[in-house]
Amino acid sequence: MTVTDHPPVVRDALPPEPPASVAPRRRRKRNPATWVRGGGLSNLIFLAPMLIVFTVFSWSPIVQSVIMSFQKTNLVQPATWVGLDNFERVLSDPNLGTAIVNTLYFAFLALLFGFPIPLFLAVLMSEVKRGKGLYSALAYMPVVIPPVVAVLLWKVFYDASPNGVFNTMLGWVGIPPQPWLQSAATAMPSLVIEATWAAAGGSIIIYLAALISVPPELYDAAEVDGAGIWRKVWHVTLPQLRGVLFIMLILQIIATSQVFLEPYLFTGGGPNNATLTILLLIYRYAFQNSLGGDYGEATALSLMLAIFLGLMSWAYFKLTERWSTN
Amino acid sequence: MKSAAKVAIASFAALALAGTLAGCGTGSGDESGKLELRVATFPPGADQAAYDAFAVQEKQFEKLNPDIDVIGVEYEWKAPTFAAQLAGGSLPDVFTVPFTDTKTLLENGQLMDVTKEVKDLGYADKFNPIIIGEVQDDDGNIFGFPRQAYAMGLHYNRDLFTAAGLDPDQPPTTWEEVRADAKAIAEKTGKAGYATMTMGNTGGWQLTAQSISRGAEMQKDNGDGSYTSTLNNDGTKATLEYFHDLRWEDDSMGDNFLLDWGSINQEFAAGNLGMYTSGSDVYTALVRDFSMKPEQYGLTVIPTEGADAGVLGGGDIAVMSPKIDDAHKAAGVKWIDWYYMQKLLNKDAAQADAKALADSDQAVGTPVLPVLDKATYDQQQEWIKPYVNVPTDQMAGFFNGIFDQKPVGEFKGQTQPIYGLLDNVIQAVLTDENADVDALLTKADSDAQALLDGQ
Repeated sequence: MTVTDHPPVVRDALPPEPPASVAPRRRRKRNPATWVRGGGLSNLIFLAPMLIVFTVFSWSPIVQSVIMSFQKTNLVQPATWVGLDNFERVLSDPNLGTAIVNTLYFAFLALLFGFPIPLFLAVLMSEVKRGKGLYSALAYMPVVIPPVVAVLLWKVFYDASPNGVFNTMLGWVGIPPQPWLQSAATAMPSLVIEATWAAAGGSIIIYLAALISVPPELYDAAEVDGAGIWRKVWHVTLPQLRGVLFIMLILQIIATSQVFLEPYLFTGGGPNNATLTILLLIYRYAFQNSLGGDYGEATALSLMLAIFLGLMSWAYFKLTERWSTN
Repeated sequence: MKSAAKVAIASFAALALAGTLAGCGTGSGDESGKLELRVATFPPGADQAAYDAFAVQEKQFEKLNPDIDVIGVEYEWKAPTFAAQLAGGSLPDVFTVPFTDTKTLLENGQLMDVTKEVKDLGYADKFNPIIIGEVQDDDGNIFGFPRQAYAMGLHYNRDLFTAAGLDPDQPPTTWEEVRADAKAIAEKTGKAGYATMTMGNTGGWQLTAQSISRGAEMQKDNGDGSYTSTLNNDGTKATLEYFHDLRWEDDSMGDNFLLDWGSINQEFAAGNLGMYTSGSDVYTALVRDFSMKPEQYGLTVIPTEGADAGVLGGGDIAVMSPKIDDAHKAAGVKWIDWYYMQKLLNKDAAQADAKALADSDQAVGTPVLPVLDKATYDQQQEWIKPYVNVPTDQMAGFFNGIFDQKPVGEFKGQTQPIYGLLDNVIQAVLTDENADVDALLTKADSDAQALLDGQ
């Protein structure tokens, strides 16, 4: 009955046998004229804009940065080859350890806040009978606000004086003012709260869509068996969502490894490097020194991060492949 | 037929893209055949009056030089954006850089040699020798026009002084008085009595300024191209302990300890801050870019303590990229001479400039230090006197004291990255009551030495 019953049938149907009429064409000798007649030229011209754009703005910078990671350059004077020096210097930089720990801490907190809360809200919203659209719109609204605007807005909310917005609200329930961004201990959680608020809407919409695909008969059956709402969530909803949950988890790890906007705009990596993340460190390598930063070190660390994220993406593809065929 | 139509559509799409990409390029001559000269103006966010004043000056210059079309480009020297613009080649033809960067830029071949032009203009010998030294290489070649210098000053909000029961005409003259006044402001008004920059390398810059005012030397120039870091010194330690006391004992530094040049100016202009240290020329930006009310503003000299104490100075230099062609170079030199230099040397130019600024309500008479010899500077001050519109009475403390203070330049080795290291130190002291000043300084010093050794 469930969707997961179907894929094997589809898989068994593949690959299709080539139709008999196609076989002779394959053996025909190809020449430029047949290539043009066969639509090759127009295909190429149609592809050309994207090929050019990708080459100029994506692939070429990627290749250049890989080359640059083995060079010492300030992009003005001629570059010199330095082998693996940039990698050695990055790996021996004490700030790298700080940045990795901070990024992991951000990722951990982002999972702690950012993973269950949208799921919980989505389950709750799927249960309400009226005004579902309104709740979805409200939940999604933070995603519509430009990220820089949102951060600057939250910076005002995080005013550490007793008159700050959040501190005033805490005062209503008798909690003393918090330093928020102004203390090494509370800066990172403050960043994560804003990031969770900003991103939750997108996750909620995905979870809601996934929840709709859960067959209602399963809930009916659970209800007949005497399950309450939490048992239904635990035994029906979550197992049905496990594919989506896992994908969201991997995507979130990939996204949080690249966190830059929040620490850059909120704290500049402070106080005392408490919110220095890997991407912010890359930025500092490249741009802290006005006289042309160490672009070699910056690209070396970028390359290492890209390899890590590549592995994560590979895991994502492998696992989603498995989920989709299960 | 179908295929031909497809090819036509695709070709059109490809052409459109090619056109779009071609549009990304820049031209350097306009339709009338005039030479386009892109020159730096002021930071983004300046008020309309600043643009109006510039438009007047642009017209005046173009009338004298009909073959040049001046294009003003918004420009602000900030470490990260400057590095990107420098690397990307997107700086204007004429721009300004601070003294700290000039030596390295010229050693790296990133500035245009203007020795001949400066000599032809006839004022090569008029520069203050310490200042012209900032733009010369070992052979005495000149790579820019020092156009403005400043000394660090103590800026204060007169309204907050009055609200705290202090006399705004008697600003503090010692660091202990600064502390007492800051405490009074914090207690009586609930605003920050004193604050300091802490982010984007500016924390290190201000920590250095205040350390120097206590006689510190942050770095030793060994004279052979190498430097020895001396960050862990008594003056810097005393400064950090002073900040610790203001923050944790007096609670007079407010609640925001992540401030850079822009945000501290914003806080000060908004009346949330009693005192802070910054360049003496910041008044223009405070009024023009941050809408500060002139009557609130007060400026005095930074307190100095001890026989070795000095005042950190700085300034900027009008320069050109070495990549521009001879025609642009010649036009650029004309612009620099007309826009930046003649107003320091020539009565008519000085008064025309002052009038254009004053007519547009722009600051005239902001405290700066002489880049040319003192006699020329005094003369120039006399010329523009009728147009001065800044509240000089409120800056009396600075004008009366600055020429008695010993000027000290910024240290030269790895200036910006070391300022970055010191950002962390000052942030730690202001956000962690139990921060270990000795340990922080020891670490910053060894990290700075590693940077110096690695360059």
